Amino acid sequence: MAIPKVCGIETEYGIALRGSGDSNPIAASSVLINAYVSDLQRKVGWDFEDESPGNDARGFAREGSMPPEVETHLVNAVLTNGARYYVDHAHPEFSSPECADPLQCVRYDKAGERILARSMEAAAKLLPADQHIVVYKNNSDRKGNSYGCHENYLMDRQAPFPRIVHHVMPHFITRQIYTGAGKVGTETAQPGGKEVSFQLTQRADFFEEEVGLETTLKRPIINTRDEPHADAQKYRRLHVIVGDANLAEVSTFLKVGVTVIVLCMIEDDWFADKDFSFASPIQALRRISCDLELDEALPLANGRTATALDIQWEYLDLARKYAEERGLAGVGEEVGAEVLRRWEAVLSGLETDFMSLADQLDWVAKYRLINGYRERHDLSWSDAKLAAMDLQYHDVRPGRSLFAKLPMQRLVTEESVLEAITEPPTDTRAYFRGRCLQRWASSISAANWDSLVFDLGTDPLRRVPMMEPLRGTAAMVDSLLERCSEPAELLELLGS
Amino acid sequence: MAEREQKKKSAPARRVEEVEEVAPVASEQGEKIKAELDELLDEIDEVLEENAEDFVRSYVQKGGQ
Repeated sequence: MAIPKVCGIETEYGIALRGSGDSNPIAASSVLINAYVSDLQRKVGWDFEDESPGNDARGFAREGSMPPEVETHLVNAVLTNGARYYVDHAHPEFSSPECADPLQCVRYDKAGERILARSMEAAAKLLPADQHIVVYKNNSDRKGNSYGCHENYLMDRQAPFPRIVHHVMPHFITRQIYTGAGKVGTETAQPGGKEVSFQLTQRADFFEEEVGLETTLKRPIINTRDEPHADAQKYRRLHVIVGDANLAEVSTFLKVGVTVIVLCMIEDDWFADKDFSFASPIQALRRISCDLELDEALPLANGRTATALDIQWEYLDLARKYAEERGLAGVGEEVGAEVLRRWEAVLSGLETDFMSLADQLDWVAKYRLINGYRERHDLSWSDAKLAAMDLQYHDVRPGRSLFAKLPMQRLVTEESVLEAITEPPTDTRAYFRGRCLQRWASSISAANWDSLVFDLGTDPLRRVPMMEPLRGTAAMVDSLLERCSEPAELLELLGS
Repeated sequence: MAEREQKKKSAPARRVEEVEEVAPVASEQGEKIKAELDELLDEIDEVLEENAEDFVRSYVQKGGQ
């Protein structure tokens, strides 16, 4: 029986310091995040004890040592909504709290955008009047440099990793048709020097391997990082690096929602001997991204050929049968039904007239806008104005964002998004983390996904482990928290 | 949650290796869509980055995952 798919999204934002000749992205990211968190009662540091990004899900340890994924001296904060907000490499990164379903994921992903926008406003007060920091929620600088938007899914350790790889790979390759954020042009050489005016995704240009541990070079479609941030005997965390950062809520909802259903099906061995594997996965990933007609049939490993749409219809067919026979408890029944409904509507739209999805999917919205501008001014696809519009689509400032001008469908209310800036989800362990930070930040010396460390000033530091992502919910800890007015009482009751 | 009328198909249909023509939009509807886009482009003209070439050239992001 598939386990509930606790999920989350981590986004590295692009960052630029304008008005200064010397733009140091690490310094700018630090200013940005410090400006935001300085308003908080007290900054809580991140606890690195359990971080092990070098472990490999295929069951072997990486040769040699890997430098730590995060530089510990850089800014690192845990927010009262349960999220982590920090400088990763040379980017500000927002990691959403653990969410119990794909709709909550959309909500906290949006809250992240609002936090970045507020951070820019806060930073403006600290910088000279002629300088300002601007952040972009995209994945490429259009010069061959990429930065990621990673998804995380809690999985049952019992599901064999090779089975996950086999059945999720064709999904990751074909879901681009609704998850892509769109890009003018390409950043990689095309076979036969083919011109690409516009492609579906930001990221496809940057993937070179099928399966691997890397995230910054030779990026793999399936990332094997084995770092559960939970009980490692029971769980794994599938760390997905192949997606685009989305602004469109329907794109985010389907990116996470359909993947959650597919992973539940894999845990329940629903695919049996079905095989959608592509003959050349990397080639398929790139060609689908560059196929705006959505009609190129590509060779499969079994000798057939299929388009990305064909494969997605096959997944949907199997998912419907799965939902009928097994239910969608692992997704949440109501949200799961909505994922199926939207998934089918989007595939139908892509098949008949993709422009009908301009208010739902990022790549269609961006294409419609940029192509409309191109036609109006009679520009070639290589005109810098179009490249500039591509970047500005992702500008996070509400007044400058081109995305914000578009009449896009919403799945969550703005009110609930604003609440999510400070309030944790109620139905995962993020609730316990967030509530404790709201009440006792000055007594918490460090936090991690799977622990909180209290410093009461008298005793040794007290670590509260949180190895179960679905414990620490409002239903489980509210009455406990209400009984405590001081953190010492909480620790006493927890027996930590 | 926003609802939207589904256009076609209650059951998934297959389409194997055939190119489907993009359905022609009725002219009235087409005009409306075009007018909306025109309005949008007018609005966007006001916020577009002024020096596109400089803007694109100076946007460099190294060290990402």
